Amino acid sequence: MLYREAGQFKSSYRSDQAIFPIFQDRIGVIIILLFAFLVIPMISSEYMLRSIFIPFLIFSLAAIGLNILTGYAGQLSLGTAGFMAVGAFAAYNLVIRLEWMNFIVAFAVAGVVAAAVGIVFGLPSLRIKGFYLAVVTLAAQFFIEWLFTAVPWFTNYSSSGVISAPPLIAFGYEFESAQSRYVLTLAIVAVLALLAKNMVRTTTGRAWMAIRDMDIAAEIIGIRPLWTKLQAFAISSFYCGVAGALWAFVYLGTVEPQAFDINRSFEILFMIIIGGLGSILGSFLGAAFIVLLPIALNNAASLFTGSGLPADIVTNFELIIFGLLIIFFLIVEPHGLARLWQIGKEKLRLWPFPY
Amino acid sequence: MNVKQLALGAVAAAVLASPLTAEKVFAAGEQFVPVTLYRTGPYANTGEPLMGGYMDYMRMINARDGGVNGVKLVYEECETGYKPDRMVECYQRLKNQGETGAGMFNPLGTGLTYAVIEDATKDKIPVITIGYGRTDATDGSVWKYVFPLITNYWSQNTAKIKFIGQREGGMENLKGKKIAYVIHDSAYGKETQPVIAEQAKKYGFEVKTFPVAHPGLDQKAVWLQIARQYKPDWVILRGWGVMNQTSIKEAARVGFPRDKIVGVWWSGSEQDTVPAGAAAEGYISANFHGPGTDYPVIQDVLKYVQDAGKGTVDKSEVGTIMYNRGVVYGIVNIEAIRVAQGKFGNKPLTGEQIQWGFEHLDFTPERIAELGATGLVPPFKTSCFDHEGQAPVKFQQWQDGKWVAITDWIETDQAMVRPMVEASAKKYAAEKGITPRNCATEN
Repeated sequence: MLYREAGQFKSSYRSDQAIFPIFQDRIGVIIILLFAFLVIPMISSEYMLRSIFIPFLIFSLAAIGLNILTGYAGQLSLGTAGFMAVGAFAAYNLVIRLEWMNFIVAFAVAGVVAAAVGIVFGLPSLRIKGFYLAVVTLAAQFFIEWLFTAVPWFTNYSSSGVISAPPLIAFGYEFESAQSRYVLTLAIVAVLALLAKNMVRTTTGRAWMAIRDMDIAAEIIGIRPLWTKLQAFAISSFYCGVAGALWAFVYLGTVEPQAFDINRSFEILFMIIIGGLGSILGSFLGAAFIVLLPIALNNAASLFTGSGLPADIVTNFELIIFGLLIIFFLIVEPHGLARLWQIGKEKLRLWPFPY
Repeated sequence: MNVKQLALGAVAAAVLASPLTAEKVFAAGEQFVPVTLYRTGPYANTGEPLMGGYMDYMRMINARDGGVNGVKLVYEECETGYKPDRMVECYQRLKNQGETGAGMFNPLGTGLTYAVIEDATKDKIPVITIGYGRTDATDGSVWKYVFPLITNYWSQNTAKIKFIGQREGGMENLKGKKIAYVIHDSAYGKETQPVIAEQAKKYGFEVKTFPVAHPGLDQKAVWLQIARQYKPDWVILRGWGVMNQTSIKEAARVGFPRDKIVGVWWSGSEQDTVPAGAAAEGYISANFHGPGTDYPVIQDVLKYVQDAGKGTVDKSEVGTIMYNRGVVYGIVNIEAIRVAQGKFGNKPLTGEQIQWGFEHLDFTPERIAELGATGLVPPFKTSCFDHEGQAPVKFQQWQDGKWVAITDWIETDQAMVRPMVEASAKKYAAEKGITPRNCATEN
């Protein structure tokens, strides 16, 4: 009853092709954004902002990046964390070596650098498909990690190879408090997520989906496979690069190659599989599942430590329950959490008169 | 919406929402000590006995003395899994617990330490890294809240070269010798590279680094290269976790003598030698504390905690290298609280107050004897200027299924390390825009 689009007539192409064509969706997104920007920073503790919301947002951004490549353009990639590392190290070197550069600009340029690296490793995608392409991107992952460990120039000749991120100062303001860092992350993620949502409904996004569904057919109707695939690699890597820079600068405060190892790539791949391939909303849901659930389980477990249960067993329950929940959700809804929301939406349209 | 979806939604909502905000409540008048550890992940087998010793020591103090000068110690565990991001989460979760907040953090890992240094400095909570961590933080004028206590990696490395020199019959005999440096390819593994390069120059030996990728299960190529091509006189092993036993096994396979391999103290515990079996016989490693149960303090832990059935780990762990290290962590951390109480009174203290305690530790032989830890803890003394304490190092060998100390305390070469620490600290301070404290005016 509340969620019904009957009566919302589309009288122009413009309104038909809006990012959120349904009125209730537009309201919903505005309410969520207002809530996230204004209410959450006011009511949340430093712990919630610093260790729940910020990593969740950053992982969402990385998941959107991978979703563009894998979910929309159909190119399987295991190099996500590698591209994140490129972004983090590029941002670090830009800020350290070009002192006049505003760090927000540095983040954008770092994204561009990551995009360039993504294009290089995306080149084989014209000839190699599916699981074989995954192996190529795996090579990217290992190569990038090795490069940053082996070449000391990237870490500014730091003895340990771990570098601490410089303070975030822009427009004479230092982003130091948890609130300011949260709002900064949220602003970047919101803008890029809206851009992505917009992109996937335009020619660009439709070309990606055509390539994903059948590349030969797409080529016949006039879509250039090389161009389209490289574009997907570039844009995907841009998102991952910015996410990597945010992870290093805003969340961890240190930059080290080991923070972007192969496990991180898998983590992000699981996010989009569980959240929903080919869905921007799914990227957020998947990130929530993979990032927040272990912390929630861990918090829940810590409540039991004093109750006589051995602490080592309680700790390992976190991994057991997390694994079981992944299996449970994949069996119940193999298309991901975004599909659950879609089903819910269908039901809401008919409610309260199902037939 | 059918039943399935309702159930799904309910499960998701309940799991996500409720425990995120749940907090434990501690009574007033208690000193809160956070315990971050790893019982899962690739390094669980060392994380568990280590922090087990730490927690058992705190329980012993509570049971035997009723706390530190009457102030009971309370702690809460947080599982990091040896991941820096989880460490940040644990730090944020525990830092405001208890009446006065967290007294100090022991992150238990170099990467984990780096991830919390800045926040902890801002929040004025000491970060204690005993036997690991950021070496240049030894300069307390730049890092007020970071303490790489007892001995840092660089100092240890100088003691190790001294030990090799002893075995070769004098430092002058090091000239022309070859040392293979097998390292865990991470922040931890690379930390000592500047100092070994400096020493190679000074004593005229040659060093070649062999990095091993995490987790270090595949080292066949590395050891073939060492034993067949490079043929070094000594190997220094800077491994961690499962990498160590693999190194020992591979060395045995290619026939490299194990008594020419010197491990760092993170490569010298039962977790590294027992799985390697007979291959580990004769293997040498450094240590900053003694092995075994033959100390009054360990006997007290056995009596008040383990025999009372209140141990956090199995009794068989008591006296192992990792467990004893945990007890040493306990002795040093709790002593800092005691020292700080001498200035601020016998009540729960804030991190800022305990920082003063850490800066005024004085482990004289008499004090160590009072603590019942003679031979377990080396003598050392800290100050604003020196956050390390410049403690000496011991070497131990794996003989017939147990660790045996084969040297007395060997002094480190501070004449070499200290200028390097200060140079590195200066560079950091300049990069970060920190004005160093004037240690001459502090007391």
